[in-house]
Amino acid sequence: MFTRSTALASGTALVLVLVAGCSSSSPSGSTVTPAAGTSSGSGAGSLSGTVTVFAAASLTGTFTALAKQFEAAHPGVTVKLNFGASSTLAQQIMAGAPADVFASASAKNMTQVTGTGAASNPVTFVKNTMEIAVPPSNPANVTSVADLAKSGVKVALCQAQVPCGATALAVFGKAKITVKPVTLEADVKSTLAKVQLNEVDAGVVYVTDVLAAGSKVKGITIPADINASTSYPIVTLAKAPNAAGAQAFEDYVLSAAGQSVLGAAGFSKP
Amino acid sequence: MSGRQHHPRIPILIAAPATLAVMFLLLPLVSMLIRAPWHGMGRLLSDSAVLTALRLSLECATAASVASLLLGVPLAWVLARTSFPGLGLLRALVTLPLIVPPVVGGLALLLAFGRNGVLGRYLDSWFGITLPFTTAGVVMAETFVAMPFLIVTVEGALRSSDLGLEEAAATLGASRITIFRRITLPLIGPSLGAGAVLCWARALGEFGATITFAGNYPGTTQTMPLAVYNALESDPEAAIALSLVLLVVAVLVLVILRDRWLRAGSGP
Repeated sequence: MFTRSTALASGTALVLVLVAGCSSSSPSGSTVTPAAGTSSGSGAGSLSGTVTVFAAASLTGTFTALAKQFEAAHPGVTVKLNFGASSTLAQQIMAGAPADVFASASAKNMTQVTGTGAASNPVTFVKNTMEIAVPPSNPANVTSVADLAKSGVKVALCQAQVPCGATALAVFGKAKITVKPVTLEADVKSTLAKVQLNEVDAGVVYVTDVLAAGSKVKGITIPADINASTSYPIVTLAKAPNAAGAQAFEDYVLSAAGQSVLGAAGFSKP
Repeated sequence: MSGRQHHPRIPILIAAPATLAVMFLLLPLVSMLIRAPWHGMGRLLSDSAVLTALRLSLECATAASVASLLLGVPLAWVLARTSFPGLGLLRALVTLPLIVPPVVGGLALLLAFGRNGVLGRYLDSWFGITLPFTTAGVVMAETFVAMPFLIVTVEGALRSSDLGLEEAAATLGASRITIFRRITLPLIGPSLGAGAVLCWARALGEFGATITFAGNYPGTTQTMPLAVYNALESDPEAAIALSLVLLVVAVLVLVILRDRWLRAGSGP
Protein backbone atom coordinates (compact mmCIF):
# COMPACT_ATOMS: atom_id res chain seq x y z
CA MET A 1 0.00 0.00 0.00
CA PHE A 2 2.81 2.33 0.98
CA THR A 3 4.59 1.66 -2.28
CA ARG A 4 1.57 2.34 -4.40
CA SER A 5 0.61 5.63 -2.78
CA THR A 6 4.20 6.86 -2.87
CA ALA A 7 4.38 6.02 -6.53
CA LEU A 8 1.20 7.93 -7.26
CA ALA A 9 2.31 10.90 -5.22
CA SER A 10 5.71 11.12 -6.83
CA GLY A 11 4.13 10.65 -10.23
CA THR A 12 1.68 13.47 -9.64
CA ALA A 13 4.47 15.70 -8.36
CA LEU A 14 6.48 15.00 -11.49
CA VAL A 15 3.53 15.94 -13.71
CA LEU A 16 3.08 19.20 -11.82
CA VAL A 17 6.75 20.03 -12.16
CA LEU A 18 6.69 19.26 -15.86
CA VAL A 19 3.55 21.30 -16.47
CA ALA A 20 4.85 24.24 -14.44
CA GLY A 21 8.11 24.11 -16.33
CA CYS A 22 6.36 24.15 -19.68
CA SER A 23 3.96 26.93 -18.94
CA SER A 24 6.44 29.28 -17.35
CA SER A 25 9.15 28.90 -19.94
CA SER A 26 7.90 31.37 -22.51
CA PRO A 27 7.06 34.35 -20.28
CA SER A 28 10.25 33.99 -18.26
CA GLY A 29 12.29 34.20 -21.42
CA SER A 30 10.91 37.63 -22.15
CA THR A 31 11.14 39.23 -18.71
CA VAL A 32 14.74 40.22 -19.14
CA THR A 33 13.85 43.88 -18.83
CA PRO A 34 13.41 45.85 -15.60
CA ALA A 35 10.31 44.54 -13.94
CA ALA A 36 10.27 47.02 -11.12
CA GLY A 37 6.84 48.44 -10.44
CA THR A 38 5.03 45.92 -12.63
CA SER A 39 1.82 46.25 -10.68
CA SER A 40 2.24 49.74 -9.28
CA GLY A 41 0.49 51.57 -12.06
CA SER A 42 -0.71 51.45 -15.60
CA GLY A 43 1.40 54.23 -17.07
CA ALA A 44 3.59 53.51 -20.07
CA GLY A 45 6.96 52.18 -19.07
CA SER A 46 5.61 50.14 -16.21
CA LEU A 47 4.51 47.37 -18.54
CA SER A 48 6.50 44.20 -18.84
CA GLY A 49 6.25 40.54 -19.69
CA THR A 50 4.32 38.91 -22.46
CA VAL A 51 0.93 39.90 -23.79
CA THR A 52 -0.74 36.92 -25.43
CA VAL A 53 -3.21 37.97 -28.10
CA PHE A 54 -5.68 35.54 -29.69
CA ALA A 55 -6.79 37.15 -32.94
CA ALA A 56 -8.93 36.19 -35.92
CA ALA A 57 -6.97 34.86 -38.90
CA SER A 58 -8.06 37.87 -40.96
CA LEU A 59 -6.10 40.11 -38.56
CA THR A 60 -2.82 38.29 -39.28
CA GLY A 61 -1.12 41.09 -41.20
CA THR A 62 -2.43 44.08 -39.26
CA PHE A 63 -2.00 42.63 -35.77
CA THR A 64 1.54 41.50 -36.59
CA ALA A 65 2.31 45.10 -37.56
CA LEU A 66 0.47 46.51 -34.54
CA ALA A 67 2.31 44.13 -32.21
CA LYS A 68 5.67 45.33 -33.57
CA GLN A 69 4.68 48.97 -33.06
CA PHE A 70 3.36 48.22 -29.59
CA GLU A 71 6.59 46.46 -28.64
CA ALA A 72 8.57 49.42 -29.93
CA ALA A 73 6.45 51.79 -27.83
CA HIS A 74 6.78 49.59 -24.74
CA PRO A 75 10.30 48.22 -24.52
CA GLY A 76 10.31 45.10 -22.42
CA VAL A 77 6.93 43.91 -23.55
CA THR A 78 6.63 40.98 -25.92
CA VAL A 79 3.40 40.39 -27.80
CA LYS A 80 2.69 36.77 -28.56
CA LEU A 81 0.14 36.32 -31.34
CA ASN A 82 -2.05 33.32 -31.95
CA PHE A 83 -4.12 33.52 -35.14
CA GLY A 84 -6.95 31.17 -36.06
CA ALA A 85 -10.62 30.93 -36.83
CA SER A 86 -12.52 33.06 -34.31
CA SER A 87 -14.67 30.05 -33.47
CA THR A 88 -11.56 27.95 -32.74
CA LEU A 89 -10.03 30.70 -30.62
CA ALA A 90 -13.26 31.12 -28.67
CA GLN A 91 -13.28 27.39 -27.90
CA GLN A 92 -9.64 27.51 -26.84
CA ILE A 93 -10.29 30.46 -24.52
CA MET A 94 -13.32 28.78 -22.99
CA ALA A 95 -11.18 25.67 -22.47
CA GLY A 96 -8.77 27.78 -20.41
CA ALA A 97 -6.08 28.86 -22.87
CA PRO A 98 -3.88 31.48 -21.14
CA ALA A 99 -4.78 34.42 -23.39
CA ASP A 100 -4.71 38.09 -22.40
CA VAL A 101 -6.63 39.60 -25.31
CA PHE A 102 -9.23 38.17 -27.69
CA ALA A 103 -9.94 39.90 -31.00
CA SER A 104 -12.78 38.16 -32.82
CA ALA A 105 -14.01 38.52 -36.38
CA SER A 106 -17.62 38.36 -35.28
CA ALA A 107 -19.81 39.41 -32.41
CA LYS A 108 -21.15 35.86 -32.23
CA ASN A 109 -17.83 34.28 -31.22
CA MET A 110 -17.21 37.13 -28.79
CA THR A 111 -20.61 36.53 -27.20
CA GLN A 112 -19.67 32.86 -26.71
CA VAL A 113 -16.72 34.00 -24.62
CA THR A 114 -18.41 36.82 -22.69
CA GLY A 115 -21.41 34.56 -22.11
CA THR A 116 -19.28 32.25 -19.98
CA GLY A 117 -17.99 35.17 -17.92
CA ALA A 118 -14.47 34.84 -19.33
CA ALA A 119 -14.57 38.52 -20.32
CA SER A 120 -16.89 41.50 -20.32
CA ASN A 121 -17.47 44.76 -22.21
CA PRO A 122 -15.90 44.00 -25.59
CA VAL A 123 -15.37 47.01 -27.88
CA THR A 124 -15.91 46.86 -31.64
CA PHE A 125 -12.79 48.24 -33.30
CA VAL A 126 -13.33 47.64 -37.05
CA LYS A 127 -15.68 46.17 -39.62
CA ASN A 128 -14.86 44.09 -42.67
CA THR A 129 -16.76 43.36 -45.88
CA MET A 130 -16.50 40.52 -48.35
CA GLU A 131 -14.86 40.25 -51.74
CA ILE A 132 -14.43 37.48 -54.29
CA ALA A 133 -10.83 36.35 -54.75
CA VAL A 134 -9.87 34.53 -57.95
CA PRO A 135 -6.48 33.31 -59.20
CA PRO A 136 -4.72 36.00 -61.30
CA SER A 137 -5.60 34.11 -64.51
CA ASN A 138 -9.27 33.89 -63.45
CA PRO A 139 -9.64 30.38 -64.96
CA ALA A 140 -13.43 30.23 -64.65
CA ASN A 141 -14.00 33.81 -65.76
CA VAL A 142 -15.79 34.82 -62.60
CA THR A 143 -17.06 38.40 -62.81
CA SER A 144 -19.93 38.53 -60.34
CA VAL A 145 -21.40 36.87 -57.27
CA ALA A 146 -23.94 35.11 -59.51
CA ASP A 147 -21.09 33.33 -61.33
CA LEU A 148 -20.25 31.48 -58.10
CA ALA A 149 -23.51 29.56 -58.37
CA LYS A 150 -22.69 28.21 -61.83
CA SER A 151 -21.93 24.51 -62.02
CA GLY A 152 -18.32 23.79 -62.86
CA VAL A 153 -17.06 26.80 -60.94
CA LYS A 154 -14.96 25.49 -58.06
CA VAL A 155 -15.57 27.68 -55.02
CA ALA A 156 -13.84 27.59 -51.63
CA LEU A 157 -15.69 29.03 -48.64
CA CYS A 158 -15.03 29.19 -44.94
CA GLN A 159 -17.07 26.86 -42.75
CA ALA A 160 -20.39 28.32 -41.69
CA GLN A 161 -19.37 28.53 -38.02
CA VAL A 162 -16.36 30.71 -38.93
CA PRO A 163 -17.19 34.44 -39.34
CA CYS A 164 -15.98 34.59 -42.97
CA GLY A 165 -18.21 31.62 -43.79
CA ALA A 166 -21.26 33.09 -42.07
CA THR A 167 -20.75 36.47 -43.75
CA ALA A 168 -20.29 34.85 -47.17
CA LEU A 169 -23.59 33.02 -46.67
CA ALA A 170 -25.20 36.38 -45.82
CA VAL A 171 -23.96 37.70 -49.18
CA PHE A 172 -25.45 34.71 -51.02
CA GLY A 173 -28.69 35.25 -49.16
CA LYS A 174 -28.88 38.86 -50.30
CA ALA A 175 -27.96 37.86 -53.87
CA LYS A 176 -30.60 35.09 -53.69
CA ILE A 177 -28.25 32.40 -54.95
CA THR A 178 -27.14 29.02 -53.66
CA VAL A 179 -23.47 28.16 -53.94
CA LYS A 180 -22.22 24.61 -53.69
CA PRO A 181 -18.56 24.92 -52.71
CA VAL A 182 -15.97 22.18 -53.23
CA THR A 183 -14.48 22.77 -49.80
CA LEU A 184 -15.31 24.43 -46.50
CA GLU A 185 -12.07 25.71 -45.03
CA ALA A 186 -11.21 26.14 -41.37
CA ASP A 187 -10.38 29.83 -41.58
CA VAL A 188 -10.17 32.68 -44.07
CA LYS A 189 -6.43 32.30 -44.65
CA SER A 190 -6.77 28.69 -45.76
CA THR A 191 -9.63 29.69 -48.07
CA LEU A 192 -7.38 32.34 -49.57
CA ALA A 193 -4.52 29.84 -49.83
CA LYS A 194 -6.64 27.51 -51.97
CA VAL A 195 -7.19 30.44 -54.37
CA GLN A 196 -3.51 31.40 -54.34
CA LEU A 197 -2.55 27.81 -55.13
CA ASN A 198 -4.97 27.99 -58.06
CA GLU A 199 -6.77 24.90 -56.80
CA VAL A 200 -10.16 26.61 -56.85
CA ASP A 201 -11.69 29.09 -59.28
CA ALA A 202 -12.88 31.49 -56.60
CA GLY A 203 -13.07 32.04 -52.88
CA VAL A 204 -15.14 34.44 -50.83
CA VAL A 205 -12.87 36.25 -48.39
CA TYR A 206 -12.57 39.64 -46.74
CA VAL A 207 -11.61 42.74 -48.73
CA THR A 208 -8.60 43.00 -46.41
CA ASP A 209 -7.37 39.55 -47.47
CA VAL A 210 -7.53 40.43 -51.16
CA LEU A 211 -5.62 43.63 -50.46
CA ALA A 212 -3.00 41.81 -48.39
CA ALA A 213 -2.52 39.12 -51.03
CA GLY A 214 -1.45 41.74 -53.55
CA SER A 215 -0.92 40.36 -57.04
CA LYS A 216 -1.25 36.73 -55.93
CA VAL A 217 -5.03 36.93 -56.31
CA LYS A 218 -7.42 39.11 -58.22
CA GLY A 219 -10.29 40.75 -56.38
CA ILE A 220 -13.82 40.99 -57.73
CA THR A 221 -15.79 43.60 -55.86
CA ILE A 222 -19.16 42.64 -54.44
CA PRO A 223 -21.66 45.51 -54.93
CA ALA A 224 -22.64 47.25 -51.70
CA ASP A 225 -26.33 46.35 -52.01
CA ILE A 226 -25.59 42.62 -51.74
CA ASN A 227 -22.42 42.80 -49.65
CA ALA A 228 -22.41 41.88 -45.98
CA SER A 229 -20.10 42.86 -43.17
CA THR A 230 -18.89 41.50 -39.87
CA SER A 231 -17.77 43.54 -36.91
CA TYR A 232 -14.60 42.85 -34.94
CA PRO A 233 -14.84 43.15 -31.15
CA ILE A 234 -11.78 43.10 -28.90
CA VAL A 235 -11.66 42.38 -25.18
CA THR A 236 -9.23 41.90 -22.30
CA LEU A 237 -9.96 38.56 -20.72
CA ALA A 238 -10.98 38.37 -17.07
CA LYS A 239 -8.26 35.85 -16.29
CA ALA A 240 -5.57 37.63 -18.32
CA PRO A 241 -2.18 36.64 -16.88
CA ASN A 242 -0.93 40.12 -17.87
CA ALA A 243 -3.98 42.35 -17.35
CA ALA A 244 -2.12 45.67 -17.54
CA GLY A 245 -0.36 44.70 -20.75
CA ALA A 246 -3.60 43.37 -22.20
CA GLN A 247 -5.48 46.60 -21.53
CA ALA A 248 -2.62 48.63 -23.00
CA PHE A 249 -2.64 46.54 -26.17
CA GLU A 250 -6.42 46.85 -26.47
CA ASP A 251 -6.11 50.64 -26.04
CA TYR A 252 -3.41 50.69 -28.70
CA VAL A 253 -5.63 48.89 -31.20
CA LEU A 254 -8.39 51.45 -30.53
CA SER A 255 -5.98 54.41 -30.70
CA ALA A 256 -5.59 56.64 -33.75
CA ALA A 257 -2.28 54.94 -34.58
CA GLY A 258 -3.86 51.49 -34.41
CA GLN A 259 -6.89 52.55 -36.42
CA SER A 260 -4.71 54.00 -39.18
CA VAL A 261 -2.87 50.67 -39.59
CA LEU A 262 -6.20 48.85 -39.77
CA GLY A 263 -7.68 51.44 -42.13
CA ALA A 264 -4.72 51.17 -44.50
CA ALA A 265 -5.28 47.40 -44.65
CA GLY A 266 -8.85 47.89 -45.88
CA PHE A 267 -10.84 47.58 -42.66
CA SER A 268 -13.70 50.04 -42.30
CA LYS A 269 -14.71 52.05 -39.26
CA PRO A 270 -17.15 50.28 -36.96
CA MET B 1 3.22 -18.06 -23.42
CA SER B 2 2.18 -20.43 -20.62
CA GLY B 3 3.80 -21.03 -17.26
CA ARG B 4 4.71 -17.43 -16.56
CA GLN B 5 7.14 -17.14 -13.66
CA HIS B 6 6.39 -15.37 -10.42
CA HIS B 7 8.06 -11.99 -10.69
CA PRO B 8 9.69 -10.15 -7.79
CA ARG B 9 8.29 -6.85 -6.58
CA ILE B 10 8.75 -3.97 -9.06
CA PRO B 11 11.30 -1.41 -7.81
CA ILE B 12 9.73 1.95 -7.06
CA LEU B 13 12.02 3.82 -9.44
CA ILE B 14 10.43 1.83 -12.22
CA ALA B 15 6.92 1.59 -10.77
CA ALA B 16 6.53 5.36 -10.34
CA PRO B 17 7.25 6.44 -13.92
CA ALA B 18 5.43 3.38 -15.26
CA THR B 19 2.33 4.33 -13.26
CA LEU B 20 2.64 7.87 -14.51
CA ALA B 21 2.88 6.63 -18.09
CA VAL B 22 -0.27 4.55 -17.67
CA MET B 23 -2.15 7.50 -16.18
CA PHE B 24 -0.92 9.84 -18.86
CA LEU B 25 -1.93 7.53 -21.68
CA LEU B 26 -5.27 6.43 -20.28
CA LEU B 27 -6.63 9.47 -18.46
CA PRO B 28 -7.52 11.38 -21.66
CA LEU B 29 -9.40 8.38 -23.03
CA VAL B 30 -11.15 7.74 -19.72
CA SER B 31 -12.05 11.43 -19.51
CA MET B 32 -13.72 11.14 -22.88
CA LEU B 33 -15.86 8.30 -21.53
CA ILE B 34 -16.68 10.32 -18.39
CA ARG B 35 -17.68 13.42 -20.35
CA ALA B 36 -19.50 11.56 -23.11
CA PRO B 37 -23.08 12.72 -23.64
CA TRP B 38 -24.44 9.20 -23.15
CA HIS B 39 -28.12 10.16 -23.02
CA GLY B 40 -27.93 12.06 -26.30
CA MET B 41 -25.67 9.54 -28.01
CA GLY B 42 -28.37 7.94 -30.13
CA ARG B 43 -29.56 11.29 -31.43
CA LEU B 44 -26.03 12.57 -32.09
CA LEU B 45 -24.89 9.46 -33.94
CA SER B 46 -28.03 8.89 -35.97
CA ASP B 47 -27.65 12.32 -37.52
CA SER B 48 -27.43 11.85 -41.26
CA ALA B 49 -24.31 14.02 -41.49
CA VAL B 50 -22.53 11.72 -39.04
CA LEU B 51 -23.58 8.60 -40.92
CA THR B 52 -22.38 10.19 -44.16
CA ALA B 53 -18.98 10.97 -42.64
CA LEU B 54 -18.73 7.49 -41.14
CA ARG B 55 -19.61 5.77 -44.41
CA LEU B 56 -17.16 7.95 -46.33
CA SER B 57 -14.44 7.19 -43.79
CA LEU B 58 -14.95 3.44 -43.96
CA GLU B 59 -15.08 3.43 -47.76
CA CYS B 60 -12.00 5.63 -48.20
CA ALA B 61 -9.93 3.76 -45.61
CA THR B 62 -10.82 0.46 -47.26
CA ALA B 63 -9.99 1.77 -50.73
CA ALA B 64 -6.69 3.16 -49.42
CA SER B 65 -5.86 -0.22 -47.87
CA VAL B 66 -6.62 -2.06 -51.11
CA ALA B 67 -4.43 0.41 -53.02
CA SER B 68 -1.70 -0.04 -50.43
CA LEU B 69 -1.87 -3.83 -50.74
CA LEU B 70 -1.73 -3.75 -54.54
CA LEU B 71 1.20 -1.34 -54.67
CA GLY B 72 2.86 -1.81 -51.30
CA VAL B 73 3.30 -5.59 -51.18
CA PRO B 74 5.27 -5.73 -54.45
CA LEU B 75 7.40 -2.83 -53.21
CA ALA B 76 8.00 -4.59 -49.90
CA TRP B 77 9.12 -7.64 -51.86
CA VAL B 78 11.56 -5.54 -53.89
CA LEU B 79 12.94 -3.95 -50.72
CA ALA B 80 13.32 -7.30 -48.94
CA ARG B 81 14.45 -9.62 -51.70
CA THR B 82 16.46 -7.68 -54.22
CA SER B 83 19.65 -5.74 -54.06
CA PHE B 84 20.79 -2.85 -56.20
CA PRO B 85 22.68 0.36 -55.55
CA GLY B 86 20.59 2.88 -53.67
CA LEU B 87 18.21 0.29 -52.23
CA GLY B 88 18.83 1.54 -48.70
CA LEU B 89 18.11 5.09 -49.75
CA LEU B 90 14.95 3.98 -51.56
CA ARG B 91 13.76 2.18 -48.44
CA ALA B 92 14.33 5.32 -46.37
CA LEU B 93 12.55 7.52 -48.88
CA VAL B 94 9.43 5.41 -49.31
CA THR B 95 8.95 5.21 -45.56
CA LEU B 96 9.38 8.95 -45.21
CA PRO B 97 5.60 9.57 -44.99
CA LEU B 98 5.73 7.71 -41.65
CA ILE B 99 7.76 10.56 -40.23
CA VAL B 100 6.71 13.59 -42.27
CA PRO B 101 3.86 15.53 -40.63
CA PRO B 102 0.65 14.62 -42.52
CA VAL B 103 -0.11 18.27 -43.31
CA VAL B 104 3.25 18.46 -45.08
CA GLY B 105 2.30 15.33 -46.99
CA GLY B 106 -0.97 16.98 -47.98
CA LEU B 107 0.82 20.06 -49.24
CA ALA B 108 3.28 17.88 -51.16
CA LEU B 109 0.36 16.00 -52.75
CA LEU B 110 -1.17 19.34 -53.73
CA LEU B 111 2.07 20.41 -55.39
CA ALA B 112 2.27 17.11 -57.26
CA PHE B 113 -1.36 16.32 -58.13
CA GLY B 114 -3.09 19.67 -57.65
CA ARG B 115 -4.57 21.57 -60.55
CA ASN B 116 -1.33 23.52 -60.75
CA GLY B 117 0.84 20.60 -59.67
CA VAL B 118 3.86 19.05 -61.33
CA LEU B 119 1.79 16.14 -62.68
CA GLY B 120 -1.66 17.47 -61.87
CA ARG B 121 -1.55 20.22 -64.48
CA TYR B 122 -1.31 17.59 -67.21
CA LEU B 123 -4.05 15.46 -65.66
CA ASP B 124 -6.19 18.57 -65.80
CA SER B 125 -5.31 19.84 -69.28
CA TRP B 126 -5.11 16.44 -71.03
CA PHE B 127 -7.81 14.44 -69.30
CA GLY B 128 -9.81 17.05 -67.38
CA ILE B 129 -9.09 15.21 -64.13
CA THR B 130 -8.66 17.26 -60.99
CA LEU B 131 -7.98 15.31 -57.83
CA PRO B 132 -8.13 17.86 -54.99
CA PHE B 133 -11.56 18.20 -53.37
CA THR B 134 -12.68 14.79 -54.63
CA THR B 135 -13.23 11.51 -52.82
CA ALA B 136 -10.37 10.08 -54.91
CA GLY B 137 -8.22 12.79 -53.37
CA VAL B 138 -9.14 11.54 -49.91
CA VAL B 139 -8.13 7.99 -50.89
CA MET B 140 -4.83 9.30 -52.27
CA ALA B 141 -4.05 11.28 -49.13
CA GLU B 142 -4.85 8.28 -46.94
CA THR B 143 -2.82 5.92 -49.12
CA PHE B 144 0.15 8.28 -49.04
CA VAL B 145 0.17 8.32 -45.27
CA ALA B 146 -0.85 4.72 -44.55
CA MET B 147 0.96 2.62 -47.18
CA PRO B 148 4.38 2.84 -45.46
CA PHE B 149 2.89 1.05 -42.43
CA LEU B 150 2.03 -1.89 -44.66
CA ILE B 151 5.37 -1.78 -46.47
CA VAL B 152 7.38 -1.81 -43.26
CA THR B 153 5.34 -4.65 -41.75
CA VAL B 154 5.42 -6.83 -44.85
CA GLU B 155 9.08 -6.18 -45.58
CA GLY B 156 9.99 -7.23 -42.04
CA ALA B 157 8.02 -10.45 -42.47
CA LEU B 158 9.64 -11.18 -45.82
CA ARG B 159 13.11 -10.68 -44.40
CA SER B 160 12.55 -13.09 -41.55
CA SER B 161 10.60 -15.73 -43.51
CA ASP B 162 12.19 -19.03 -44.46
CA LEU B 163 13.93 -18.77 -47.82
CA GLY B 164 14.41 -22.55 -47.94
CA LEU B 165 10.86 -23.20 -49.09
CA GLU B 166 11.15 -20.68 -51.89
CA GLU B 167 14.47 -22.15 -52.99
CA ALA B 168 13.01 -25.64 -52.96
CA ALA B 169 10.14 -24.47 -55.15
CA ALA B 170 12.59 -22.79 -57.49
CA THR B 171 14.64 -25.97 -57.89
CA LEU B 172 11.39 -27.78 -58.76
CA GLY B 173 10.90 -25.33 -61.61
CA ALA B 174 8.34 -22.91 -60.23
CA SER B 175 8.46 -19.44 -61.71
CA ARG B 176 9.14 -16.42 -59.49
CA ILE B 177 5.54 -15.27 -59.77
CA THR B 178 4.26 -18.74 -58.84
CA ILE B 179 6.62 -18.85 -55.87
CA PHE B 180 5.45 -15.42 -54.75
CA ARG B 181 1.80 -16.38 -55.05
CA ARG B 182 1.92 -19.95 -53.72
CA ILE B 183 4.78 -19.87 -51.19
CA THR B 184 5.70 -16.33 -50.14
CA LEU B 185 2.25 -14.82 -49.68
CA PRO B 186 0.90 -17.71 -47.55
CA LEU B 187 4.07 -17.60 -45.44
CA ILE B 188 3.71 -13.95 -44.61
CA GLY B 189 -0.09 -14.14 -44.39
CA PRO B 190 -0.42 -13.17 -40.72
CA SER B 191 1.95 -10.20 -41.13
CA LEU B 192 0.17 -9.17 -44.27
CA GLY B 193 -3.12 -9.18 -42.37
CA ALA B 194 -1.67 -7.22 -39.47
CA GLY B 195 -0.06 -4.72 -41.83
CA ALA B 196 -3.31 -4.27 -43.70
CA VAL B 197 -5.27 -3.67 -40.49
CA LEU B 198 -2.65 -1.20 -39.26
CA CYS B 199 -2.72 0.54 -42.62
CA TRP B 200 -6.52 0.67 -42.56
CA ALA B 201 -6.56 2.11 -39.05
CA ARG B 202 -4.03 4.76 -39.99
CA ALA B 203 -6.03 5.66 -43.08
CA LEU B 204 -9.22 5.90 -41.02
CA GLY B 205 -7.61 8.37 -38.66
CA GLU B 206 -5.98 10.47 -41.36
CA PHE B 207 -6.59 14.19 -40.90
CA GLY B 208 -3.78 16.53 -41.92
CA ALA B 209 -3.06 15.32 -45.43
CA THR B 210 -6.77 14.92 -46.14
CA ILE B 211 -7.86 18.42 -45.12
CA THR B 212 -4.89 19.93 -46.96
CA PHE B 213 -5.16 17.98 -50.20
CA ALA B 214 -8.80 16.98 -50.39
CA GLY B 215 -10.40 19.85 -48.50
CA ASN B 216 -13.43 19.53 -46.31
CA TYR B 217 -16.91 19.08 -47.72
CA PRO B 218 -19.66 16.89 -46.26
CA GLY B 219 -20.39 13.85 -48.40
CA THR B 220 -17.36 14.07 -50.67
CA THR B 221 -14.27 14.69 -48.55
CA GLN B 222 -15.36 15.19 -44.95
CA THR B 223 -14.23 12.03 -43.15
CA MET B 224 -14.80 11.31 -39.46
CA PRO B 225 -11.66 13.04 -38.13
CA LEU B 226 -12.56 16.16 -40.13
CA ALA B 227 -16.12 15.95 -38.83
CA VAL B 228 -14.76 15.78 -35.27
CA TYR B 229 -12.65 18.87 -35.89
CA ASN B 230 -15.62 20.71 -37.38
CA ALA B 231 -18.03 19.68 -34.68
CA LEU B 232 -15.65 20.82 -31.97
CA GLU B 233 -16.28 24.42 -32.96
CA SER B 234 -20.05 24.34 -32.99
CA ASP B 235 -21.14 21.33 -30.96
CA PRO B 236 -18.48 19.86 -28.62
CA GLU B 237 -20.87 17.12 -27.48
CA ALA B 238 -21.22 15.89 -31.03
CA ALA B 239 -17.42 15.97 -31.35
CA ILE B 240 -17.11 13.71 -28.30
CA ALA B 241 -19.73 11.33 -29.67
CA LEU B 242 -17.93 11.11 -33.03
CA SER B 243 -14.60 10.60 -31.27
CA LEU B 244 -16.05 7.72 -29.30
CA VAL B 245 -16.97 5.97 -32.54
CA LEU B 246 -13.35 6.25 -33.68
CA LEU B 247 -12.20 5.05 -30.26
CA VAL B 248 -14.42 1.97 -30.54
CA VAL B 249 -12.95 1.26 -33.98
CA ALA B 250 -9.44 1.60 -32.53
CA VAL B 251 -10.29 -0.87 -29.76
CA LEU B 252 -11.59 -3.31 -32.39
CA VAL B 253 -8.31 -2.99 -34.31
CA LEU B 254 -6.44 -3.71 -31.10
CA VAL B 255 -8.55 -6.82 -30.52
CA ILE B 256 -7.81 -8.02 -34.05
CA LEU B 257 -4.10 -7.45 -33.59
CA ARG B 258 -3.86 -8.57 -29.98
CA ASP B 259 -2.06 -11.84 -30.65
CA ARG B 260 0.54 -10.02 -32.64
CA TRP B 261 1.10 -7.12 -30.26
CA LEU B 262 0.82 -8.97 -26.99
CA ARG B 263 3.43 -11.48 -28.06
CA ALA B 264 6.91 -10.44 -27.03
CA GLY B 265 8.97 -9.62 -30.09
CA SER B 266 7.46 -9.70 -33.53
CA GLY B 267 7.94 -12.47 -35.99
CA PRO B 268 5.90 -13.53 -38.99
